[in-house]
Amino acid sequence: MAAAGAALAPGIENRLLSPPNAGRIRCSSSAVPARGALVVRGAALSEESRKNRSSALKAVAVKGEAPNLTTAKSGHEILLFDALREGLEEEMARDPTVCVIGEDVGHYGGSYKVTKGLAEKFGDLRVLDTPICENSFTGMGIGAAMTGLRTVVEGMNMGFLLLAYNQISNNAGMLHYTSGGQFKIPIVIRGPGGVGKQLGAEHSQRLESYFQSVPGLQMVACSTPYNAKGLMKAAIRSDNPVILYEHVLLYNLKERIPDEEYVLCLEEAELVRPGKDVTILTYSRMRHFVLQAAKTLVERGYDPEIIDIRSLKPFDLFTIGNSIKKTHKVLIVEECMRTGGIGASLRAAIVDNFWDFLDGRPECLSSQDVPTPYAATLEDATVVQPAQIVVKVEQMCQGLV
Amino acid sequence: MAMAMARWRQRLLSSACSSSSSSAAAPQALLRLASSALSRQSSSRGFAAAPDDTTPFVVDIPVPYAGHRCDPPEQRVETSAKELVDFFKVMYVMRRMEIAADSLYKAKFIRGFCHLYDGQEAVCVGMEAALTKEDAIITAYRDHCTHIGRGGTVLEVMAELMGRKSGCSLGKGGSMHMYNKEGNFYGGNGIVGAQTALGAGLAFAQKYNKQNAVSLALYGDGAANQGQLFEAMNISALWDLPVIFVCENNHYGMGTAEWRSAKSPEYYKRGDYVPGLKIDGMDVLAVKQGVRFAKEHALTKGPIVLEMDTYRYHGHSMSDPGSTYRTREEISGVRQERDPIERVRKLLLAKEIVTVADLKNLEKQAKAEVDEAVNQAKEGGQPETHELFTHVHVKGLKQLAYGPDRKEVIVPLP
Repeated sequence: MAAAGAALAPGIENRLLSPPNAGRIRCSSSAVPARGALVVRGAALSEESRKNRSSALKAVAVKGEAPNLTTAKSGHEILLFDALREGLEEEMARDPTVCVIGEDVGHYGGSYKVTKGLAEKFGDLRVLDTPICENSFTGMGIGAAMTGLRTVVEGMNMGFLLLAYNQISNNAGMLHYTSGGQFKIPIVIRGPGGVGKQLGAEHSQRLESYFQSVPGLQMVACSTPYNAKGLMKAAIRSDNPVILYEHVLLYNLKERIPDEEYVLCLEEAELVRPGKDVTILTYSRMRHFVLQAAKTLVERGYDPEIIDIRSLKPFDLFTIGNSIKKTHKVLIVEECMRTGGIGASLRAAIVDNFWDFLDGRPECLSSQDVPTPYAATLEDATVVQPAQIVVKVEQMCQGLV
Repeated sequence: MAMAMARWRQRLLSSACSSSSSSAAAPQALLRLASSALSRQSSSRGFAAAPDDTTPFVVDIPVPYAGHRCDPPEQRVETSAKELVDFFKVMYVMRRMEIAADSLYKAKFIRGFCHLYDGQEAVCVGMEAALTKEDAIITAYRDHCTHIGRGGTVLEVMAELMGRKSGCSLGKGGSMHMYNKEGNFYGGNGIVGAQTALGAGLAFAQKYNKQNAVSLALYGDGAANQGQLFEAMNISALWDLPVIFVCENNHYGMGTAEWRSAKSPEYYKRGDYVPGLKIDGMDVLAVKQGVRFAKEHALTKGPIVLEMDTYRYHGHSMSDPGSTYRTREEISGVRQERDPIERVRKLLLAKEIVTVADLKNLEKQAKAEVDEAVNQAKEGGQPETHELFTHVHVKGLKQLAYGPDRKEVIVPLP
């Protein structure tokens, strides 16, 4: 591992590239697979698929047969919005300084039901209904966080938080630095973003592009009920300002999650499907498109390694790097626009750090640089579709790009 | 138009609120009141004892308050000899500090933006007299003196201005980013108006934690036209947050006079449903009385807007000469008629609390204190290069995470 570390670009913090057992015992969502979801179990199956490609057909959807779980309880099925709500409720019960601020979060229960029932349980002051004034209620959340309250600010749609950009950039992101470390801002800013179903240009924005260069912010994106709950809890417990990106179309995803409490690591990526032909890096809704494309790819004999990067800032270069060292090819599938998106930054990070391990340029499939149109066909053409992912992976594996 | 301008200029010099008073009236009135108060004193005191004397006596406030949706407080305030002497000392230190900053800027020790507060000292000193350290203050970029008022030292202000690591923000903030956590001073903000929403947040936290304290969100006449201020006023009034919005009206938003930028320059009325009070911001005792009244109001009835009628002698910042949009006569006129330090000096002398020589001594001490701080700050070192990356995140992204079986745990990396 030391040798591998030396071969990589200098100037990277060691902990990002440290070997798995140096200072940490690994426990991530991949060790506790989300049951019911499309997850392949470990190295055994990849070996098998190397020997016999047709048996890889069975490898794609292994349901419920995880061998080594000793926990007696079997978990509970839950929808993603409810998983977020569970995480939020547990944190609010555990820590009285946690409070929610947003439009229609209290009496209405949240426009996507993420805060349903919380106002009845915790009161109107802890689940605060605001008027429509993003700039000032985000600023208020930040001011309260400066004194130690752990505020969770909800943007009804992430796009509305553009009105609070000044507060998020200058007062959330930079205040710890400009005060010389005196104040910390343990705020969580969350809300649904991304391209929905014909919501129109202004309600289909990908704010992760815009906020990614603000120093001091941490950004994570959830994609399944399991990681939604874990990331929500982790974001609330973090002392840094965290932006949690949810997706409008993923709120009704169903999955079985553990009954016991768990908290995920904010800076960690999730290995969704191990493979050896190509590394596909993705997050949020695109993870599900990639998995759909993977079904086709596996049928055709390819073995993609799929990683849900989850942590949009900072990138988990450790997991990503290990994967690239194995496969030597990387494809980023994202919903951001081509210009200045997460994919653009991730490509730069990969080229800087893992150049020696790449067989070809890092590829990126992103949305088109257009305002999202209303018409269904045009909207579908704006974002990446599974068929495009299949074509791209085939081209990469056949050396055509 | 010319007539309106002339009347506005006259108002600046005479510090009238709603009624006009002639420019000569104010100091004369002070002296008359002071001498009458003197004659009421039962015993005469020797000078040696006077500056420490905390025996309260009442002083009249010459310029009347103007209230909006509230009854203004009494035109008299209780003070003591010690308090007045302390006012003089602190204000004089602040004055010297700002003048020292001026010379240091011209000598290129201080770079970038430097917004000086001289002329407005009465506002922050009077405020502190009515508040405790439990109360929170947040202001904009003209924050050097506010930082001192909250318990900061001249050394850390000077060092911060010069970008040294002994500065209050370790040299990483600069003139516009001074904070003092122990003193509940939340900065120091560069973007005009954004601090009003933060101030509402400070008050929200005080209400949430059931603290018997208020938050003061200071802003200028320029920021008074920002939308987020009205948003903050709305949510503060809606939820009864214990916040006091203080408009430090020095009549110029950078180079634009108030009558050219605000349709209604009566900033204490701009809260509409939020009560307001206009205070002569050059009179430290008036400020004390007004803020005390406002604190009671905020704790019992909800937010209130204070307008401090004040004036800055320097330009908006060091890159602004301050004389292209106002006349030198106006600046020197205000300095002669309404200077806050001179007011306190006259009151101290009229009440025979100190002699002229005592005051000269105090001034010398203040100058020495500031000079000492400047020299010490100059000797301070620049921050180390690795400090570029510290404090971007808290504790370097430490995160404790665990799975449902709790057997495997991620240990936070150092």
